Amino acid sequence: MTSSATTPTTTPAPPGAGSRVSPGLDRARELLVRYGFIAVTIALIGWFLLSEPNFRTSDNLYGLLVYAAPTAIAGLGVTIAMTVGGLDLSVGAAAGFAVSLAAWTMVVQNQVGGVAIGVVLLGGAVIGLVNAALVVWARIPDLLATLTTMFAVMGLKLVLVDGKSISSRMTLDDGTTAPGRFTEGFLWLARGDIGPVPVPAVLLALVAVAVWFLLERTRHGRLLYAVGANAEAARLAGVPVGLYRSAAYVLSGVLASVAGLLLAARIGQGDVSAGNSLLLDAVAVALVGTSVLGRNVPNAWGTVLGAVLVSVMVVGFSMKGLPYYVQDVAKGAVLLAALLFSYTLSRRRTALPGQPAAGGAE
Amino acid sequence: MSTAAVSLRGIGMSFGAHRVLDGVDLDIAAGEVLALLGANGAGKSTLIKVLSGVHPGHDGTIAVAGTEQRMDSPLRARRAGIATVHQRVHDGVVPGLTVAENLAFDDLAHPARRGPSSVLLRRREVMAAARTAVEVLGLDWSDAVLRRDVAELGISDAQLLVLARALVHRPRLLVLDEPTSALSAAEAERLFTVVRAQREAGLAVLYVSHRLGEVDALADRAVVLRDGRVTSDSRAPFRWDVVLPAMLGERAAAHPVGADGIGPPPREALPPGEVAVRLRGVRLLPRSPALDLDLHAGQVTGVVGLLGAGKSELAHGLFGSASWAGGTAELDGRPHAPRSPAAAVRAGVHLVPEDRAGQALLPGWSIARTLSLPFLGELSRGGVVDRSTEGARGRSAVDRFGVVTRSEHTDVGELSGGNQQKVVVGRWLVPGVRVLLLDEPFRGVDLGARRDIGGHARDAARAGAAVVVLSADVDEVLEVADRVLVLVDGAVTLDAPVSGVPRETVVAAFSATSPGGTPS
Repeated sequence: MTSSATTPTTTPAPPGAGSRVSPGLDRARELLVRYGFIAVTIALIGWFLLSEPNFRTSDNLYGLLVYAAPTAIAGLGVTIAMTVGGLDLSVGAAAGFAVSLAAWTMVVQNQVGGVAIGVVLLGGAVIGLVNAALVVWARIPDLLATLTTMFAVMGLKLVLVDGKSISSRMTLDDGTTAPGRFTEGFLWLARGDIGPVPVPAVLLALVAVAVWFLLERTRHGRLLYAVGANAEAARLAGVPVGLYRSAAYVLSGVLASVAGLLLAARIGQGDVSAGNSLLLDAVAVALVGTSVLGRNVPNAWGTVLGAVLVSVMVVGFSMKGLPYYVQDVAKGAVLLAALLFSYTLSRRRTALPGQPAAGGAE
Repeated sequence: MSTAAVSLRGIGMSFGAHRVLDGVDLDIAAGEVLALLGANGAGKSTLIKVLSGVHPGHDGTIAVAGTEQRMDSPLRARRAGIATVHQRVHDGVVPGLTVAENLAFDDLAHPARRGPSSVLLRRREVMAAARTAVEVLGLDWSDAVLRRDVAELGISDAQLLVLARALVHRPRLLVLDEPTSALSAAEAERLFTVVRAQREAGLAVLYVSHRLGEVDALADRAVVLRDGRVTSDSRAPFRWDVVLPAMLGERAAAHPVGADGIGPPPREALPPGEVAVRLRGVRLLPRSPALDLDLHAGQVTGVVGLLGAGKSELAHGLFGSASWAGGTAELDGRPHAPRSPAAAVRAGVHLVPEDRAGQALLPGWSIARTLSLPFLGELSRGGVVDRSTEGARGRSAVDRFGVVTRSEHTDVGELSGGNQQKVVVGRWLVPGVRVLLLDEPFRGVDLGARRDIGGHARDAARAGAAVVVLSADVDEVLEVADRVLVLVDGAVTLDAPVSGVPRETVVAAFSATSPGGTPS
């Protein structure tokens, strides 16, 4: 029972973390945590809209989504891995592998785009299964396991393509010309439109809605979150913990390879360095997404918003003529702000069970 | 005993708009064991934190031996002469260090001497400091024990270690927060012996417990805290019929006590129904004898045993979350060998695990979500969770179990311990439960919540379930059970209807063979 035996319908407001802060300041903090990110994103967009006429064109607004799509989709995979309490560092490598695998399938093996897509998705699932085996069966901590997979997959990619970028009709080692090329249908993935909307933006919307629906509305999403919140409690509530953790890594691998498909179609060749920067961006947007809206749990819309914010910054700053490395500084600042929101300022969901949020009113 | 060892004047503490402590005046004399009583949420823990320097922002003053002291940090509090042993023993030991290093830890962390020599870790000095610490307690720990990794100590020895560490600085006041919550009766008795010896040596002790039997056995004086104020202050022998209403307020009427003033009101015994669970040749522990046991529907079976006697093994074996060293089980005449908790739940076997925070609660989850987690299958259509039904079920459970909360969507972490426990127990108390296993369901729960939870367990039995309550506390089991089993080292040493067996017989059955004092 709480102290409110005399007034049994109310409980004390969740007390603060031991320090005494005025209610007004508390409220301001709460607003900052909940809406800070959205405010910053809107302010940035507003600033670019007013100061850069080119930013205003509808092409460019779709361009933002097209640019954000690979990062956001890989970030949604990381988000799923994070719901089970894990982290997937192999997404960048998996996406890079997907780029080379797609090129190799079409150019060297002379297959059509559809086959390449199937092979790439299968490859992503296998990478996810390897991660699952290392984390769930071999019980290697997730960071170390996926780091290992990252190295192995990056190496495997170079083995597959002999360390070279693969382009249509390239000359092979034996002097002959490669039989295949990037098919039109495959390139449509990045360059086509459905009505007025570019295909990558449509794809991003589909994946985002699917991940949101899975995580927020279905039983399976609920169980993924349960595993991440307290695996032992989930096990003792009848959740097959190993199965859900494995599924999370497989989904993460598959979404990373979808991101790789978009990159391959955008570049139009099997660039061996593609996907290298995707890891940091994808993990960063998933972490930013955790703090957006102050929910403090990994979630689909947060991740998409994080990716859009990063893409607004990159596109806007390059219009302003800032060099690309300044963008990295800006991304770092955004990530730092997100982590401060999640770990330092937020009071939600950081309380351990059994310790009433304040550790105070027992 | 003329000047108080520690005196508090007007201690107050607020969290936001909530006044947790409201003008507490208290004197604790040297050589006195003062019991601090109160329901969950009465402000006990906050008062302890004020005393131990965790809440520097409190109102009022604290004087130690007549001198006013400011407790701005745990270190300051310790130096002022107030040593605190917190409820969670494992917060007091540093894993990876030896027993000796743990005993000498305060010295390692804040060395008395300065300069380069304080940087070096000198094994011989650490051993000497550790030996002094155990001698203060009168423990006979050998050097071999002191050199062990602290993780090898059992919980009872870890508790004594933490106590020794607190006493090594010769404090004026020792604060013990529920020191026996994880100990068996025999282990608790060992702790009491130490506390009594310290009292003779002139130490003031502030003793917080929910167990009134302990207070009777140990305390000279008892103070009751309610809604942040002192509502009762009396000397031994205590009259519980007076003290309990001061503690529980009007709720005391809803939870009447028996003629002895402590025990539960008289209740009808439930006769054994048909056999629900039949165990044959089950070995709970690797070296324990094969056990044949029938558990009946329609009544509450209480299983009493020490930590490690096989209680949790019995429960987890039936729940599919661990396997026995051998033997078979039947549920209603059919073989019962669940491969996972999910299979056990499908068969109608539910388990409330003993560690609420570690095994049952999910940080950041609402009451409704916590309640629905095991039953999402039946709450979903085509994999989509029906959230309105989920909310309705949460609301009705909150009402049925009397959970004090704003709404069923409140984060479980914001509830008091007793209310959290009601959620955790209530989750499994659903229609259709066949076997309900409750492992230490009353741990860290006040008397009112304990009666509520016990009552619901009996209701489930009355509705036809086989209810099993497992506990290290004899009184908790006698209060709720119809049949009592005593488990020692995986063997049943007593099996009797509660109505026909005196408490002493039960205690004798399981404390006779309890292990002695050295760590194992």
